[in-house]
Amino acid sequence: MRLDRPDNQGRFAEYGGQFAPETLMPALEELETEFAKAWDDPGFHNELNKLLADFVGRPTPVYRAERLSDQLGIDLYLKREDLAHTGAHKINNTMGQALLTKRMGKNRVIAETGAGQHGVATATACALLGQECVVYMGEKDIERQALNVQRMRMLGTEVRPVTSGAGTLKDAVSAAMRDWVATVDTTHYIIGSVVGPHPFPWMVRELQKVIGEELQEQMDGSQRPHPDVIVACVGGGSNAMGIFYPYVGSDVRLVGVEAAGYGLETGEHGASLVAGSPGVIHGSMTYLLQDVQGQILEAHSISAGLDYPGVGPEHAYFKDRQLVEYTSITDEEAVEAVNLLASVEGIIPALETAHALAWIAKEADSLRGQTVALNLSGRGDKDVQQIIDLVDADE
Amino acid sequence: MSRQALAELFSRCRAENRAALLPYMTAGLPDPEGSVRLFVAMAEAGADGFEVGIPYADPLMDGPVIQAAGDRALAAGSGVEVALDILEQVVAETGRPSVVMTYVNPVLRMGPEVFAQRLSQAGASGAIIADLPVDEALPFASALDRHGMGLVLFVAPTTTEARLENVVQASPPFVYGVAELGVTGERDMASSHIGSLVARVRKHSEVPVVAGVGIATPDQARSAAAAADGVIVGSALVRRVMEADTVDAAEDALRVAVGELADAIRRD
Repeated sequence: MRLDRPDNQGRFAEYGGQFAPETLMPALEELETEFAKAWDDPGFHNELNKLLADFVGRPTPVYRAERLSDQLGIDLYLKREDLAHTGAHKINNTMGQALLTKRMGKNRVIAETGAGQHGVATATACALLGQECVVYMGEKDIERQALNVQRMRMLGTEVRPVTSGAGTLKDAVSAAMRDWVATVDTTHYIIGSVVGPHPFPWMVRELQKVIGEELQEQMDGSQRPHPDVIVACVGGGSNAMGIFYPYVGSDVRLVGVEAAGYGLETGEHGASLVAGSPGVIHGSMTYLLQDVQGQILEAHSISAGLDYPGVGPEHAYFKDRQLVEYTSITDEEAVEAVNLLASVEGIIPALETAHALAWIAKEADSLRGQTVALNLSGRGDKDVQQIIDLVDADE
Repeated sequence: MSRQALAELFSRCRAENRAALLPYMTAGLPDPEGSVRLFVAMAEAGADGFEVGIPYADPLMDGPVIQAAGDRALAAGSGVEVALDILEQVVAETGRPSVVMTYVNPVLRMGPEVFAQRLSQAGASGAIIADLPVDEALPFASALDRHGMGLVLFVAPTTTEARLENVVQASPPFVYGVAELGVTGERDMASSHIGSLVARVRKHSEVPVVAGVGIATPDQARSAAAAADGVIVGSALVRRVMEADTVDAAEDALRVAVGELADAIRRD
């Protein structure tokens, strides 16, 4: 069964916990207490809900993909998180955590970002609330997501390039944690997914579950049918957690799609749940990509947001208990899916999101006649240059 | 060697009115063969014991110098197995009590019990696990304890009184007193936290407190040694090895640096 809250060690059964340096532990304890208080406070929810409605544009619509449904032989609905302000679901989390930062009396925020969507969403919340903001981003990601780097800078955020490791999301999380160890007295770390030490996985899930709760109302069997299947991409896993969580334990089939990169057999992928094993990454016990000696391996995905060797611990819990199915899609399949949605429905999805759509397209025969909801977690403007470069390289 | 060897070291240092000097060095630097020589040179120059660092690809508590050293050691073929071999040779050749410094994932991969067995066979006195707070420590501490070693626990300037009591009650072989907020690395100023950290621990226990993080120069070591039972110097020594062109040059640089530090930690 799904758990309302992790246990008093911050665990979802064996997963999660707090594998963090002692310097950070008091801040994690404070964060747990302060978030629990805020989350029980109707005043906090009023403030957050007002911002989510008036500033973010929630609830986001559900759109029936008419032509693609016909083409695939399924009844396909898109939960339009790409229409949330800043273009992805990430803003649900950052608005909540930025408000919490204010409540905790801190005025400096740090964050990591891979695809840049969490960085932009954090920069936006900080601009709105007048908070100082520093975003760590791997240098490889700075290159492939240049548009989002410019957006963060326009929003008044300092983007700090991370050169360690492969210069991707894992290294950005590590750099943000190192900053936090030094600045914890004045700074809050707005982590971008359901990863990291407790209370982050729980807190980010609570802030993202609005996606699934809205879907329950929007696909309630009257105005639209109930979904048979819900599909979402999984990097760290926040958009999937957000849409799945209210449905976990129901009869709706839940499918999380990880990045198979160049193919699982090449070893160059980001499929921690499908092809990894349990261990500790970034403060949490979960599935990760590691070698026999416990060194964390570099992930690979064309999509910067899925290019991560770990995954949120609650997903690890769901996997072991078979509450959610996890599968994977390659770079190539994902790029095809971007083009499919763009040409048939007039929506350019993020490369991350395209993994989930690619799985639906690939499984269309087995899904025939079913009602499928896709979490359209982000828009793809940020990826256009990367896709142009790919096409040029192929020609 | 065992936990007992560490206890004897701290009581001898108390009797000699000085702190113990416990340098950190990444195992396998500049290469597995040269690595043992560097530890031996440090022992000859006055090191009382060692933190033998298992190189790790994602060291969250470490600054740029030790990150780079870990990457280089891994590239040169080091890892958990090589580090344990180096530790065994270092203890055998120097007779100095030594602990490994690692992150938790390699320990989990091996399993805490096997890890403790291997450490014990290598002659270690214990382990420092940088991302293992007291809350998650029990299975690791028990395994080490069964083999006559101990798990070092941390107290930081941010540590609350309740947490400090939990650390002391877990009876670590020594408490790692985090002298500075932030990751390992050289700082310009001497720590202002060590005196109060030691005093806070002393209210509850006589457990030795060893100061680390941000201690690089003889002056900083002298200042920390005034209050702490031991001093850990890491990045400043690792940097010298990273800058040296040959193992001989690294040995020479370490002899000078460790000799100065060993003089500085005498309280007189």
